[in-house]
Amino acid sequence: MKPVKRSIITTVNGDAVLKDALKIVSRRIEQPSRRAFLQRSLTLGGVALLSGCTLSDESSIDTALESISRFNDRAQGLLFDPTRLAPTYPDSMVARPFRFNAFYAESEVPEIDGDDWRLEVTGLVADRRKWTLNDLRSMPQQEQITRHICIEGWSAVGKWSGVPFAYFLKRVGADMSAKYVGFKCSDDYFTSIDMATALHPQTNLSLRYDGKELLPRNGYPLKLRIPTKLGYKNPKHIRAIYVTNTYPGGYWEDQGYNWFGGS
Amino acid sequence: MERISTSTVEPAEPQTSAVGDVARAEPGQKASIHPLWLRATHWLNATAVVLMVTSGWRIYNASPIYGTRFPNEVTLGGWLGGALQWHFAAMWLLVANGLIYLTWNVMVGRFRRKFLPLDAAGVWRDLRKALSGQLSHADPRQYNSLQRLAYLVAIADVTLLVLSGLVLWKSVQFHVLRELLGGYEGARLVHFYAMATLVAFTVGHVLMVALVPRTLIAMVRGR
Repeated sequence: MKPVKRSIITTVNGDAVLKDALKIVSRRIEQPSRRAFLQRSLTLGGVALLSGCTLSDESSIDTALESISRFNDRAQGLLFDPTRLAPTYPDSMVARPFRFNAFYAESEVPEIDGDDWRLEVTGLVADRRKWTLNDLRSMPQQEQITRHICIEGWSAVGKWSGVPFAYFLKRVGADMSAKYVGFKCSDDYFTSIDMATALHPQTNLSLRYDGKELLPRNGYPLKLRIPTKLGYKNPKHIRAIYVTNTYPGGYWEDQGYNWFGGS
Repeated sequence: MERISTSTVEPAEPQTSAVGDVARAEPGQKASIHPLWLRATHWLNATAVVLMVTSGWRIYNASPIYGTRFPNEVTLGGWLGGALQWHFAAMWLLVANGLIYLTWNVMVGRFRRKFLPLDAAGVWRDLRKALSGQLSHADPRQYNSLQRLAYLVAIADVTLLVLSGLVLWKSVQFHVLRELLGGYEGARLVHFYAMATLVAFTVGHVLMVALVPRTLIAMVRGR
């Protein structure tokens, strides 16, 4: 595909390039999962994915859009006010039950045994011990009723409670000057956020929804709730957290969703 | 200044250059139905609007407010992620170009000259004329009341699209705007209906251009 695209670019006008590239791109990315598979097989086990080298496999339009998306990351970082709180809502507006949403069907929700479950914390942290559910339950808890906004456009108000993430990061002695906090999940989802958002007062390591333990479909046993970011930046079924200065990407982010994903 | 200093050195020079100036100025004045800056911002805006609307339809399709979706064939981006990339890239063109257009219009006095005055009586008069086929297009430099109204509505509508779009993009950071537009969900409706208004304007605009094709030539060549 690549050499074909190259020759088009050198011989034909801009409109034709745009049209052709769109055709190729839309065919390739109609199904996100297929696209991800293609990308990974093309880039030697996904090594290049991590370093952002996949750009060489994409059309010049894709490359341009990708770099504007990186520019938008920076713009959002500048717009982000670490003290500005997301609006909160009355209890009567809480969605009961909260809708299921993931990159797989509800029948594939991972079954996790809370007694065996441990939270791994690695990277730029002083304390690398593993945490049990009871450890997390005994930490200070905070409740919020905020609006979950999905990148698809829909939104729903929910009531989450758990450990303020800033408290948790302090507790594990995280390097607060690091750039990123990454998350790995039991359903093979992964994502990462900027440190400023990680330390936002409403960013919450949630154990409960609407006063009860999280349901499997809503992310049991642990979900990160970030009301200043879109839904795909709110990982469920978290099993590992790491602090790093190396851009970690994410499941959707590596396929083209904007990385910052702020609201 | 230059001319004066040249004339002191060589008296013959200023005459020829003055003649040259006049010769150049005359077609320049004739050409000025639409100055170059206006044509450039018009076509950049048209490009941005097409990119924004077609990618916006694809984004809408991911979670429609109403029952139906836009046919994927007329959307841009291939999938939600691609459409969002286009939408959040073209937004910079739409806003930057729009600001240049508005600032320039106001600064050179074109805004007042072309769009004002505008009153209900004039719109009513021109509407009746238009419906009876008597609305004249003799002077393309002069907008009739219906044109003034349509263009001002389009400008206000794009402004509303940008403001409601800012709320959808950053509902927490643009909190004042969010409250003004009825919260996140309110802004979503505003964004949708402002899009519908812009599409309706564009359809009407293109129809009118088809009826009076020399307006298209004027917007390309300037005269």
